[in-house]
Amino acid sequence: MSLLEVKDLGVTFNGDVKALDNVSFTLNKNEILGVVGESGSGKSTLARCIIKLQNKSQGNIYWKESDIHTFSKAENKNYKKQLQMIFQDPLDALNPRMTVAQIIAEPLRYLKAGLTKQAVAQLTHDMFLAMGLSLEQLNRYPHEFSGGQCQRIGIARAMIIEPELLICDEPVSALDVSIQAQIINLLKDLKTESNLSMIFISHDLSIVRHICDRVLVLYKGKIQEIGETETIYQSPKSDYTKQLLASIPLHDPEEERQRINALVASSNSQEH
Amino acid sequence: MNRLLEINDLSVTFSMEQAEIQAVKDVSLTIEVGETVAIVGESGAGKSQLFHAVLGLQAKNANLTGSARFQGRELLNVSNKVLNTVRGTAINIIFQDPMTALNPYLKIGKQLSEVLQVHERLNQQEARKRSINALAEVKIPKPEKCYNQYPHELSGGMRQRVMIAMALLTNPKLIIADEPTTALDVGVQTEIITLLKKAHNQNNTSIVLITHDVPLVAGLCDRLVVMYAGKIVETGKLDEIHNHALHPYTRALINATPNYSLQINSTGKLDTIAGNPPSPNEVIKGCAFAPRCELADKRCENESPELESINKTQSVACFHMSESQ
Ligand SMILES: Nc1ncnc2c1ncn2[C@@H]1O[C@H](COP(=O)(O)OP(=O)(O)OP(=O)(O)O)[C@@H](O)[C@H]1O
Ligand SMILES: Nc1ncnc2c1ncn2[C@@H]1O[C@H](COP(=O)(O)OP(=O)(O)OP(=O)(O)O)[C@@H](O)[C@H]1O
Ligand SMILES: [Mg+2]
Ligand SMILES: [Mg+2]
Repeated sequence: MSLLEVKDLGVTFNGDVKALDNVSFTLNKNEILGVVGESGSGKSTLARCIIKLQNKSQGNIYWKESDIHTFSKAENKNYKKQLQMIFQDPLDALNPRMTVAQIIAEPLRYLKAGLTKQAVAQLTHDMFLAMGLSLEQLNRYPHEFSGGQCQRIGIARAMIIEPELLICDEPVSALDVSIQAQIINLLKDLKTESNLSMIFISHDLSIVRHICDRVLVLYKGKIQEIGETETIYQSPKSDYTKQLLASIPLHDPEEERQRINALVASSNSQEH
Repeated sequence: MNRLLEINDLSVTFSMEQAEIQAVKDVSLTIEVGETVAIVGESGAGKSQLFHAVLGLQAKNANLTGSARFQGRELLNVSNKVLNTVRGTAINIIFQDPMTALNPYLKIGKQLSEVLQVHERLNQQEARKRSINALAEVKIPKPEKCYNQYPHELSGGMRQRVMIAMALLTNPKLIIADEPTTALDVGVQTEIITLLKKAHNQNNTSIVLITHDVPLVAGLCDRLVVMYAGKIVETGKLDEIHNHALHPYTRALINATPNYSLQINSTGKLDTIAGNPPSPNEVIKGCAFAPRCELADKRCENESPELESINKTQSVACFHMSESQ
């Protein structure tokens, strides 16, 4: 049984922008599906549809084989217990008037109301430490944290209710490499230990290659390619995917400099 | 040599209820006219706060000491009136998160043309024309349409391009780009670096690029500044550092950068730098990197190394740099 099935999903804005067009795929239990594609290709829109923050224009989404758009109020609440999302803009997603301890514990308050105060505090502490933050920072406010720290707070809040599906919209792109690697390792552990499934939206193609079982390539709202990660990286079928793989910055400074200089030169010559 | 921005012993300290947090510690750094400098370092290293201080954008609880002179004029602890003579005209900043800089209730066009109406006293029509040109310049596919859109109607990449258009609008002497490509796909990332490089080539604009992404830097910047726990630990020409980094942190940073050719160790995990950076309110006696450093000894724990020049261009703050290979 698939965990999530998206069938012929379409989203149109203002009557003319087709943010998603005919998108169909399934996500299995304990699977990490990468979603890549250029800016504006519809990745965030797809995520927002799944968590019901965005209305669809067409198609259906099934969670464990039931249509999420036919859910009753109680079913909706239950649905929202089972999936969490980590957002693209870290600071944007955190309530500036709450301390980070309150922010992290917030999902418990409305989704697991039965817990004792003590249990909530314990869970909050554990998540905080798991994210590599120090306990004396618990009672501070989001604006007192750096961009990377805010993103870790967002991940802690999402993980605290032990969701079955975690949707990560660019979860580590605001983080520096060493914490990025720690969080990727952490997400990988969560997948193994908690049977977690993930939709992993990222522009970092090396990380996608590292963490995802399958990859979905979006271009202008349409699926260009979907398949096993290694197959796509080693033998991309669509031209768009090939082009995407060629945009990765090169490790050697001289080669990278030449790559950018060539692009500057070609952009100048186009104008003249 | 032609100094554009001269930062001397700049410190940023936040006063909190319980303690003081020193986010930037005695940083000295000079940006020359036409120079392109990358500031790299871990999250929380103080990269953003350093330049927020220079532009007077610090939080209310921040205390600034030291000096930051732009074309000889002091910018630290001066009135907004003085700051506004350079901010938004001679120095522009592009933020990590474009939504913090764009007003969600105003159309893009209004936000752009207002800048020109205020700073260059253009009339509405001229301002509109220049703004649409600026949007086209940063490769926005339908600039006229974008002019009439609200920020939330654009994707993250589009918003960041609008920010760059806005930053280039006044022909600034210095652009501070604070992680301008974070959360953007590699294609746009490349485009944005290309756009900044072009602006630099055309107008000799100085650029400070704040980023985590070490490979990205080479396309745009000549010089690298590595920050750790509020201090500069190494600076030098990019190639020099790439070929021969002297600070152990710089080496760890370069090694932890995911390469396209992947760095997966035997456990299937990514390489990390062991341990965490010090928490911001920790009082550090010695070298802040010592707890994570293989070369650290007693001296490193007790004494803080100063930034020392190795040659004309490269400087490093480490007692063990001679052992660095
Ligand atoms: N509320 C909205 N109103 C109008 N158009 C919208 C709205 N939200 C998104 N769009 C448009 O839908 C398309 C897809 O946007 P989306 O945010 O899903 O892209 P994305 O793939 O997440 O891009 P990025 O990588 O830049 O975050 C874009 O063309 C965008 O301008
Ligand atoms: N208003 C504030 N009050 C207290 N501490 C603050 C405040 N603003 C920032 N800080 C702290 O200052 C330190 C430096 O933050 P800064 O935003 O400069 O980091 P950064 O190097 O830009 O990190 P990132 O790469 O994550 O953006 C952090 O530890 C942060 O928590
Ligand atoms: Mg998005
Ligand atoms: Mg920052």
